[in-house]
Amino acid sequence: MARTADVTVIGAGLVGAATAVGLAEAGLSVDLYDAEFPGSGSTGAAMGHLITMDDTPAQLALTAYSCQRWRVLAPSLPEACEIDYCGTLWLASHPEELVGVRDRITAFAAHGVRAEVMEERRVREQEPNVCPGLAGAFWVPDDGVCYPPAVARALVDRAAALGAAVHSGERVTAIAPHEIHLANGSRRPAGAIVVAAGVHSPELIPGLPVVPRKGHLVITDRQPGLVRSQLIEFGYLHSAHALGSASVACNIQPRRTGQLLIGSSRELVGFDGRINRVLLNAMLERAAKFVPAVNSTRVLRTWTGFRPATPDKLPLIGRWPSLPDLWIATGHEGLGITLAPGTADLIVAGITGRPAPIDPSPYAPDRTMPTMTTAVA
Amino acid sequence: MRRVRHADVVVIGAGPAGLAAASAAAERGRSVLLVDQGLRPGGQIWRHRDEQALPSAARRLMARARNAGVKLVSGCRLVDAGSPNELVIDFRGRIDRHQTDAVIIATGARERFIPFPGWTLPGVTGIGGLQALLKGGLPVADTRIVLAGSGPLLLSVAAAVAQAGGRVQLVGEQAGAAALRRFAIRVLRDPAKLRQAISYRWACRSAPFRTDTWAVRAHGDGRLQSVEVSERGHLRSIRCDWLGIGSGLVPNTDLGQLLQCQVEHGAIAVDALQATSVAGVWAVGECTGVKGDEAATIEGEIAGRAAAGDAAGAGSTALQAARDSGRRFGRLLEETFAPRPEVLALATPDTILCRCEDVPMRSVDPGWTPRQAKLWARVGMGVCQGAVCGPSCTALFGWSANTVRPPLGNPSCGEWKSGLDSAD
Ligand SMILES: Cc1cc2nc3c(=O)[nH]c(=O)nc-3n(C[C@H](O)[C@H](O)[C@H](O)COP(=O)(O)OP(=O)(O)OC[C@H]3O[C@@H](n4cnc5c(N)ncnc54)[C@H](O)[C@@H]3O)c2cc1C
Ligand SMILES: Cc1cc2nc3c(=O)[nH]c(=O)nc-3n(C[C@H](O)[C@H](O)[C@H](O)COP(=O)(O)OP(=O)(O)OC[C@H]3O[C@@H](n4cnc5c(N)ncnc54)[C@H](O)[C@@H]3O)c2cc1C
Repeated sequence: MARTADVTVIGAGLVGAATAVGLAEAGLSVDLYDAEFPGSGSTGAAMGHLITMDDTPAQLALTAYSCQRWRVLAPSLPEACEIDYCGTLWLASHPEELVGVRDRITAFAAHGVRAEVMEERRVREQEPNVCPGLAGAFWVPDDGVCYPPAVARALVDRAAALGAAVHSGERVTAIAPHEIHLANGSRRPAGAIVVAAGVHSPELIPGLPVVPRKGHLVITDRQPGLVRSQLIEFGYLHSAHALGSASVACNIQPRRTGQLLIGSSRELVGFDGRINRVLLNAMLERAAKFVPAVNSTRVLRTWTGFRPATPDKLPLIGRWPSLPDLWIATGHEGLGITLAPGTADLIVAGITGRPAPIDPSPYAPDRTMPTMTTAVA
Repeated sequence: MRRVRHADVVVIGAGPAGLAAASAAAERGRSVLLVDQGLRPGGQIWRHRDEQALPSAARRLMARARNAGVKLVSGCRLVDAGSPNELVIDFRGRIDRHQTDAVIIATGARERFIPFPGWTLPGVTGIGGLQALLKGGLPVADTRIVLAGSGPLLLSVAAAVAQAGGRVQLVGEQAGAAALRRFAIRVLRDPAKLRQAISYRWACRSAPFRTDTWAVRAHGDGRLQSVEVSERGHLRSIRCDWLGIGSGLVPNTDLGQLLQCQVEHGAIAVDALQATSVAGVWAVGECTGVKGDEAATIEGEIAGRAAAGDAAGAGSTALQAARDSGRRFGRLLEETFAPRPEVLALATPDTILCRCEDVPMRSVDPGWTPRQAKLWARVGMGVCQGAVCGPSCTALFGWSANTVRPPLGNPSCGEWKSGLDSAD
């Protein structure tokens, strides 16, 4: 090989694609590898909700910063990326779910994110198909949705236009100091290495605390206007939080096509992608409880995907000590689409030595964490 | 509450293959449920409004199924299957779960379309679709109709159009004269097929039939007005009200894929007794390879016996010889009517490839995988889930079939949900 790129990025999901663009924009030469094609992994299975989440202050800081970066990115992306700022409406069944919501509004505001409490009457005005009798809602107007595989494709095209060498259909089988090994038996020299291989990252870095957390999604026929904002029940927070047991929550997304994308479920079953019909039934019951008209939509397809989950629900972004110049960008669980631009900025800052836009320490891959088995138990 | 029922054997599809399979199993003492989404049994070939008007072979087979005690349910669809033993069936809006020991897939074939400019204009329809419209009573008296495509279906639909009073302007067969002669020689050896061919040709005797002929472009302002055809190397334009198109049939393997049966060369793979790679699942008729109704009936007979535990009967020398002969005929069909390179090259960058999602040819790259085309360009993501564009892509780009995910056939969310297992 004639040249050794400054950085080799492994994985062209949304995280690797955004990182490759950031590195190329910083003037570094980049080699980008994907075992299949850009967006073929978890990115191609995801809902594409761009969402501010505040489970922990660190999660709020990174989601808020990333959503801000999405705002800048969005106008430059092609139509096919289907970016719509439809907002998130968090539906509360019981008044106690809204307890403490004032503090959340204050915390969001500190990051420049607008949020408000919406009373039942206004919820029903905005979403006439939501069931009556709710306690109200938490409204985050600045959240949006995108079509993730198209964004991955667009970003990889952009990286290539900036000079990155894109290797689609090339699987990396091992990494060594300043070298990667490919499935075809060849070896390529590398400068810095960024592993952004999503749920498959532990295959390249044994011991990396990432496990696949399965989710189901259902897509319906076109029913324009049935739902206008992304609807999530407050119970979703508990569902996303508990790592151990299987859970479902109402999560309904309006697509630009007029279709509804319905989630969500969470289970830890390794890489078994088969449809769990018991869980799926519970998931659809949840959706129909909040939006009864979901029952009359026609279902086109159901699929499953895997979220790259970590024991403390924060991503792994930064240097990994097992090899020199090895960087990790994964473990985003159900937020990797949202978090891709922020993650890219943190990696670029780390590799170039420039100041980071937000404090990177909460995401340091070698931070102390509960072990996976403790977290699951 | 959803009901859970039981049948020893469940047959999906009541065409010739499914009817024969269901009868053979029921005659051997099995309880048999025969499910079809059509309004009446008979499949594509024996689609009818009046049973008395059907050919005697069809009437005999239907009477046989009735006498054997087959429970036939029409207007019902299989929508999901958690395993081969657990079928979810939509009984006209009510979902039932069926437990069974044996499944026989007899879901038939689909039409294959090779896109060309204008093929999505209203007034252009599949030849099989046109035939269904005719049988449903579409008035065609004194309308001008052009049929252009490939395969035996062309002639049978031309006959039906002529019988209904339509004026067939042209029957264009893309296959060459030499290939068609070889095919005809084989048909001459088969009295039943010969009789059928002669009767079709007689029925549409006033229509010009041309080999080496295909539609190049359909014209019209909002609706079809004329079609440009390439007729033995010369272009000419024909005014018409309907254009029937179709480049042959391809197996409908959806249910086989859903049940994880092995699919080879676009057909559900089966052994000599029509068993698939999955225990307890058989497949018969066109879904295992296109070869006509006689062969489909033979395969149904074999699988019905085998599924009822009569392996000796299923393996009988006479049945096996007939089966082999049917398979040979299927291979000949495939060779004779394979889309030719000129036809595969008709689409322009603006020609629609995926109708459901309005995807033009220029949006896809032949070097992609089918999954890439789906995720990047929405090919096959729509209501038909690739039933139409899948076979086109296979012919054009050599892509393998789209993956099949539940549910089949777009049930309503409420219906489908009620067929899923619940925790309680
Ligand atoms: C059902 C579901 C719904 C979701 N909804 C949302 C949502 O609404 N919003 C949100 O923000 N997030 C959502 N997510 C989470 C999101 O999908 C992931 O966090 C995100 O896609 C992770 O991106 P990634 O680039 O890290 O991984 P991936 O997209 O998996 O990319 C990794 C890439 O690496 C490649 N690769 C793997 N191994 C190798 C190797 N050895 N060599 C070369 N290449 C390799 C793969 O081919 C793949 O393309 C959802 C996830 C699921 C499953
Ligand atoms: C559009 C079309 C028109 C045709 N016209 C002719 C013709 O005129 N002459 C001729 O010789 N051959 C014709 N054929 C070919 C003909 O299908 C075969 O020669 C023969 O009928 C094969 O029998 P079969 O039982 O395998 O399939 P089919 O006769 O196709 O029967 C399959 C049956 O399965 C049912 N089915 C499929 N999926 C499901 C499901 N999920 N749940 C419930 N039911 C289901 C369908 O409704 C159909 O009734 C046609 C084929 C097609 C596709």
